[in-house]
Amino acid sequence: MSAPRWIALLAAIVAVVTLALGFGAVALSPAEVWQAVLGGGDPTAETIVRTIRLPRILLGLVVGVGLAGSGTALQAALRNPLAEPYLLGVSGGAALGAVCVVAIGGAGVVVPIAAFVGALLAVQCVLMVARAAGGRTDPRILLMSGVVVGAFCTAAIMVALVRTPEGAVRGALWWMMGSLADARWPVVLTTAASVGGGLAALLWRGRDLDVLALGEEPAAALGLDLDRTTRFVFITASFLAAATVAAVGLVGFVGLMVPAIARALGARQTRGTIAVAAVAGGVLVVLADLVARTVMRPAELPLGAVTALIGVPFFLWRLRQTVAR
Amino acid sequence: MIRVDSLVVRYPGMRAAALDGVSFEALPGRITAVVGPNGSGKSTFVRTLVRRVAPTSGRILVDGIATDRLSPREVAQIVSVVPQREEPVFPMQVRDLVALGRYPHGGAFTAPTAQDRAAVAQAIVRADIAALVERSTDTLSGGEWQRVRIARALAQGGRAIVLDEPTTYLDIAHEMAVFELCDALARQGLCVVLVSHQLNLVARFADQIVLLHQGRVAAEGSPNEVMRGDVLERVYEWPLIVSRDPAVGAPVLLPLRHRGTR
Repeated sequence: MSAPRWIALLAAIVAVVTLALGFGAVALSPAEVWQAVLGGGDPTAETIVRTIRLPRILLGLVVGVGLAGSGTALQAALRNPLAEPYLLGVSGGAALGAVCVVAIGGAGVVVPIAAFVGALLAVQCVLMVARAAGGRTDPRILLMSGVVVGAFCTAAIMVALVRTPEGAVRGALWWMMGSLADARWPVVLTTAASVGGGLAALLWRGRDLDVLALGEEPAAALGLDLDRTTRFVFITASFLAAATVAAVGLVGFVGLMVPAIARALGARQTRGTIAVAAVAGGVLVVLADLVARTVMRPAELPLGAVTALIGVPFFLWRLRQTVAR
Repeated sequence: MIRVDSLVVRYPGMRAAALDGVSFEALPGRITAVVGPNGSGKSTFVRTLVRRVAPTSGRILVDGIATDRLSPREVAQIVSVVPQREEPVFPMQVRDLVALGRYPHGGAFTAPTAQDRAAVAQAIVRADIAALVERSTDTLSGGEWQRVRIARALAQGGRAIVLDEPTTYLDIAHEMAVFELCDALARQGLCVVLVSHQLNLVARFADQIVLLHQGRVAAEGSPNEVMRGDVLERVYEWPLIVSRDPAVGAPVLLPLRHRGTR
């Protein structure tokens, strides 16, 4: 991607973050926002920005980055522009894993670990169902398998939460529709560390992903260890999805949209696509959260509902393109 | 260069072996064509070479070393394979796609070396795709796409190149261009292995033909030795005659219209 586009994208992040920090019950000007961020100005504004809004917005950026990495990697490994963690049931599996642990009283680091295990099991189930249907390489069959596994996970989450005392854990809506409302600094930091690690691993293996995206036979002809690389991608993509789900619940379609946006902006190779998609993913989630908390104030829309309202038309458009090809 | 030694490959659940004791050798500076009807084991040979299938017994040797004693990358450094099927899902610039041919030589974060850049530049010239390098792969015609894939294989820098059905879906001009390119590569000293259904073109270009039938070598030798009516009729189970190409005198196969009607 060209330098001017990179500059525009980074400027978009600064603009969106400034906008998101300024909007809310107490409106703040851009100058007030950055004074508060840098530790000066009005103490009330500083408290609002640094304690409430900044962790929420940074968590949004981190979640967007994680979903972008997961989506880009899954698309490359499956050679499917419709692949993404939510539609493939990976996020649903992560949510189910997390909910099961929470329902029996688990907390802390056990929750993301359970989410990771749930995501790995879900991706295995999806691949098994697709293989049994004779179409792991058919984008439509793979997606149907993902939707089926995702629906099962959603139902199982409801069952797991029914017996849980109200108020003891986050509700079904939080898990299934996602929210940044509970963002606190410790969650931001642990999620950022997980997402950073997962993304670094994907960037490190970026050239392998370029070769993998060519298809099984060309990749084998170039000497790629197919089984090991595919396993690496599924584990890393599941890890990234699980980290985001454990932090904010299910947020769909981001992993679908941002790799396509990155390619439309000129990114071609995997490392470039991941980098651009990560920036675009951060911007998209922060914007979606801004919409979620402002359009029906004082009520707050679920974050996943906003991303789905944008993502579903996008998905239908991409589906039409993919099937037509 | 590439020696196939008593190779047996049996797929799980299949009674008959896909390859059943196949042996032949492809030498540098020559075009070796591997031909045969559908299901004769041609593609299994290619899949075994790139280690997608493990031999039940026997082995393939490249440069005298059995492929199972080499890593996939080491095999790819010696033998370049252009697989039969490849459809680009995510468009890429042609130059970047050709540069992926250097994958077997590089590390995760190794910047392209002068040798890498030279190999890519040379491959672009040899495959005659200089006019295409700035294009995106989703804008290429079938013939252009095939030449770009051959360029990527040449960028690998191996001493052998294996092309699996390289002219499927190509018109006459593009088909001839691919065969002429193979001929030029062989004359430059490369070991060229052509897996093909195009018996008549193979007979004009190949130095040696290996005819596979039901996983075994039915005939092997020069085009004149292999392109015999009785041999081909038995292997392809269809009435045919073998004539002579009026231009170059190479054997030409003419399938007849109906069984038993000549």
